[in-house]
Amino acid sequence: MDKFIWAFIIGGLICVIGQIMMDVFALTPAHTMSTLVVAGAILGGLSLYEPLIKFAGAGATVPISSFGNSLLKGAFTELEKDGPIGILTGIFELTSSGISSAIIFGFMASLIFKPKG
Amino acid sequence: MVKGKQSFIFDAGVHILSASTVVGPFEGKGPLSDDFDIIHDDIWMNQGSFEKAEKIMLEEAALKTIEKAGIKKEDINLFISGDLLSQIISSNFAARTIGSPYIGIYSACSGSMESLLLAALIMEGNDIPYILTGTSSHNASAEKQFRYPTEYGSQKPPTAQWTVTGAGTCLLTKMFQGPKVVSATIGKIVDMGISDPFNMGSAMAPAAADTIYTHFQDMGITPDYYDIIATGDLGNVGHKICKDLLKDKGLEMPEHIFTDCGILIYGDNQKVQAGGSGCACSAVVTFGHFLNRMKRNEISKILIVATGALHSPLSYQQKESIPGIAHGVSIEM
Repeated sequence: MDKFIWAFIIGGLICVIGQIMMDVFALTPAHTMSTLVVAGAILGGLSLYEPLIKFAGAGATVPISSFGNSLLKGAFTELEKDGPIGILTGIFELTSSGISSAIIFGFMASLIFKPKG
Repeated sequence: MVKGKQSFIFDAGVHILSASTVVGPFEGKGPLSDDFDIIHDDIWMNQGSFEKAEKIMLEEAALKTIEKAGIKKEDINLFISGDLLSQIISSNFAARTIGSPYIGIYSACSGSMESLLLAALIMEGNDIPYILTGTSSHNASAEKQFRYPTEYGSQKPPTAQWTVTGAGTCLLTKMFQGPKVVSATIGKIVDMGISDPFNMGSAMAPAAADTIYTHFQDMGITPDYYDIIATGDLGNVGHKICKDLLKDKGLEMPEHIFTDCGILIYGDNQKVQAGGSGCACSAVVTFGHFLNRMKRNEISKILIVATGALHSPLSYQQKESIPGIAHGVSIEM
């Protein structure tokens, strides 16, 4: 039960940061998203994001900052396995399912629905 | 005749022979729905894109105005039109359909009054029988061009405004009687450094205040000369700023006279944040609502100050601020 509460609080806090970036600092949605991705990657690089996932579960894996962490993790894993070329091949290793599903589901939705303006 | 610094008086008797308005479904549910000639029940208007739908509205408004005047489109001597899309395509394609000589203008949402005052200026000094002017905007095409496509689902702050889906046109002539275009004040660019495209009312308010103040200076009259003084699309936020700016300059605008087309067009139950905006906003409210009220003798003298935000998507991305402009035209019965 504790985990649910922490997931709610940590996930919510990450979203609050995003909302503040848009409302207070007037960043565009694209800038807000990219900043959270980069922040996730930096936290991952400092080995701080994995403990956060352990602590808050989906509260840390669902927000976009987790994408930055995954980019970094994939690149490092492949770097260890294949050397420097692994940085290029590994960067989308863990994130490919997320990217592919965004494209595929986006495409399917566009076949079925029409924008309402 | 030039009057003062930025104003003109049209002595030759330039009259509005006919006018018409076309709007989308959302505007049709608003409080002014009885004043519109055509109300579409779908924002696609049976077209493949929102841009094509916008062109259809402008064409319909133009042809309806010509029909109401009892003339043929071949009789039109000049068509002056503007819209919000890149390279003013709605106007260009509508002009292709009308087939008359054409001048395309871009002045963002102040295009309605810019085209009207240009037409009056041209007609004043020349023997031209008929000049048609108009503007159009479409909510979905404008959102796509200036902000985010609506299907992207981006959040909007309370200062954001709702671009009006619609088109308004009017036909000017010196040969017949009708509401008379009496004077015009051409605005200057006023830029107070606001760069947020979700807060255009505030960006344009200083320009509106400047034009209104100059109009009364040039004409030597006071606000109570008019029954209605309406800004184009400042919305709740911008309109209040404009009123305060005028008060600071010593010009008190009476509450019952001073209004805004962007506030009038939507009802309280329509969630449009700060109000309506877009080229069509001042066009459909003026050519529909206000002209109808003039015909019913409820009001006889109006001053419309259409406001425009003259930035581009590129200038905004390059962190430029929003240059505001406002053009005023007075119409009397």
